[in-house]
Amino acid sequence: MFQSLDFPGGRVAFTSEMSFIAESSEKRVKCYRVLDDNGHPMSSRFEQISKEVAVKMYSSMVTLQIMDTIFYEAQRQGRLSIYMTSNGEEAINIASAAALSPDDVVLPQYREPGVLLWRGFTLQEFTNQCFGNKADYGKGRQMPIHYGSNRLNYFTVSSPIATQLPQAVGAAYSLKMDRRDACVVTYFGDGGSSEGDFHASLNFAAVMEAPVVFICRNNWWAISTPTSEQFRSDGIVVRGQAYGVRSIRVDGNDALAVYGAIHAAREMAIREHRPILVEALTYRVGHHSTSDDSTRYRPADEIQHWKISRNPLARFRKWIKRNGWLNDEDESELRGNVRKQLLHAIQLAERTEKPPLEDLFTDVYDHLPSNLQEQERLLRETIEKHPQDYPADVPV
Amino acid sequence: MEETVSQGKPINKEQEETLKSKPSILAAIDELEKLRQPLSAAVADETQLALERHTPTQNPPTPETLDKQADDDHTDIYRRKMANCLRRFGRLGLISKAKNGKRELYSTTSVFPASDNTGSTKSINLFTAVNQALHIALDSDPRSYVFGEDVGFGGVFRCTTGLADQFGKQRVFNTPLCEQGIVGFAIGLAAMIVNEAAKFRYRSGNQFNCGGLTIRAPYGAVGHGGHYHSQSPEAFFCHVPGIKVVIPRSPRQAKGLLLSCIRDPNPVVFFEPKWLYRLAVEEVPENDYMLPLSEAEVIREGSDITLVGWGAQLSIMAEACVEAEKDGISCELIDLRTLIPWDKETVEASVKKTGRLLISHEAPVTGGFGAEISASIVERCFLRLEAPVARVCGLDTPFPLVFEPFYMPTKNKILDAIKATVSY
Repeated sequence: MFQSLDFPGGRVAFTSEMSFIAESSEKRVKCYRVLDDNGHPMSSRFEQISKEVAVKMYSSMVTLQIMDTIFYEAQRQGRLSIYMTSNGEEAINIASAAALSPDDVVLPQYREPGVLLWRGFTLQEFTNQCFGNKADYGKGRQMPIHYGSNRLNYFTVSSPIATQLPQAVGAAYSLKMDRRDACVVTYFGDGGSSEGDFHASLNFAAVMEAPVVFICRNNWWAISTPTSEQFRSDGIVVRGQAYGVRSIRVDGNDALAVYGAIHAAREMAIREHRPILVEALTYRVGHHSTSDDSTRYRPADEIQHWKISRNPLARFRKWIKRNGWLNDEDESELRGNVRKQLLHAIQLAERTEKPPLEDLFTDVYDHLPSNLQEQERLLRETIEKHPQDYPADVPV
Repeated sequence: MEETVSQGKPINKEQEETLKSKPSILAAIDELEKLRQPLSAAVADETQLALERHTPTQNPPTPETLDKQADDDHTDIYRRKMANCLRRFGRLGLISKAKNGKRELYSTTSVFPASDNTGSTKSINLFTAVNQALHIALDSDPRSYVFGEDVGFGGVFRCTTGLADQFGKQRVFNTPLCEQGIVGFAIGLAAMIVNEAAKFRYRSGNQFNCGGLTIRAPYGAVGHGGHYHSQSPEAFFCHVPGIKVVIPRSPRQAKGLLLSCIRDPNPVVFFEPKWLYRLAVEEVPENDYMLPLSEAEVIREGSDITLVGWGAQLSIMAEACVEAEKDGISCELIDLRTLIPWDKETVEASVKKTGRLLISHEAPVTGGFGAEISASIVERCFLRLEAPVARVCGLDTPFPLVFEPFYMPTKNKILDAIKATVSY
């Protein structure tokens, strides 16, 4: 009579009680939080940050908020084709970035410009990409908000959902093989967690023992699809264990909680060569994009509630002010400055000419192959014949 | 006693008896037979036997060492099944020459004149040529990796034999069974390598690239692969600007082209004709060498009609050319080698000489890459063309099992099309 036996994967104990594992636990996984709704620390044990870091974090959150407001307005005025805000997710953006080192490689989805902002991407650089002018590092090829910076270790945004996740694992494997003191951090939403690439990447990360931190911004809405129509699990955090990945759920609107969790996650990832899954609970206060009107599928008072009562800036501000690290004048001045800078950046960006026509054909391959040389030649002939068909602001 | 089994002819009892006694053919047949079984199981068996007896050395294994075990291990059951196989597999004309009891397959070099090799060469098959290329790539670039499904133990087609032993499990490793995961992982890894090494193309627009990525995949008919083990999906990939698609016709081509693909600073998809892994044998230089991408090769010169193809299909086309010669038709045969970006100039120059074009591929005719070649050549050579461009390709159906001989673009289908085109 055997109590246990070897099976693939190791020893397994037997039971004569037939029982199925419940589809979910009775209680949901607890959520790590530092500050209560009034900005009071709920415990004294949390990852401390200096005044300098705290003020920079708050200023960045404010800057992000204003950038979102101004660019959204610019789109509404017809000056931008499209824009996506990060309203309500400023703490995830900034606090996670603050907890990383500049050598950590970031593979974003598209709602994490705050990470770039924290690392030093200037307002002018953001604006140039949105307007697709010749100063855009992307050479005008992609839609607005598809930022990227080699210098700041931030892989260029691409629209398809969750494709960055398995790539993040490969990039992390490279860091491990090169023995770098750095990890990869990759972001995705609740919607993205349904993609096949999500499952592939958690599994690969665990098997390859890759130092990658997966950050899920569970903001409740994937365009118009609420989480109740996205999955039946207790969010995303419970899936980690299914793949052998250590995971944590954190209050995404609590800057200190996010900071602490990411700081700890990155240490584990690098020291132990393992992936970590962080589910940050939050709410997408803004519409999915400027092409969306979310009041069509969710109640206006729900949006208001999260915008006002659960605002991540407000909560953090209370804590900082109580520490005497910031006053209202400073904040007003900051807001005024950022707004001015952005308006100036937009004016400059709009006046800057577009990238030259040749950038339509370059970078498909390292060298221009003969078929593209021929197509460019034919296109130029066509442009000469019918110049009125073509925009005047693209230098030929 | 020399013997060849001609393609497609039914076997009589006398022939069957004679052939039974040829160990070299038996070895080939039992390999074909193994393809009937779940591929990984079959190869695992044989590889296991080989690995048990074969001491790992620095040199990649050769067909001689592995095949000898196969010969020793296999029994009459394979001899009996051989007759069945010979009836089924029209391609056997390619593979069946026995000389002095020594195993020798119809070398593609005897069909396609080899260009001069400098340095020593060795007679090896396609999977061994691929294996050598991978060895060289891993050896010459310490930041290269080989990974994928079942790569660790040597691979279901033996292309990765010995790599994990020599370079370690951190550089040569299995992945979970998930193609989207494999390719995504590979893109991220390649992107980091290029960034860190900063040795390839000038960074612009998209500030990151994964030029160091090469994806190898088996493709093509094997005689009984059915829907999912016979496909030729190259046309899908040819429609993607930014990658390159390369297909070798033989072991010597495979090694040189694969090394070029690996070292090319653009992501490349390299399709290896499954059929040829074991059965195509050729003298292959033992050293590190590269063959150029985006350069087609004229492998047979002629003046009446140009034929264009790639991969395993070329050997069929070559046979058609030989037959056509008997009827006084001089055929020029071109191996495209790189499908995108493809060498239009070479094909155009040939068609301007001959005035006729025939394209042949296993993949279904509609939307196949032959359509692109046809359209481009008609644009460039319209006034020179003496006849419509002919395409002899697979049918627009899922790849069938029992009906495979009907589906395939055979030598006679090609020969008929050559004659029709020439007498248009």
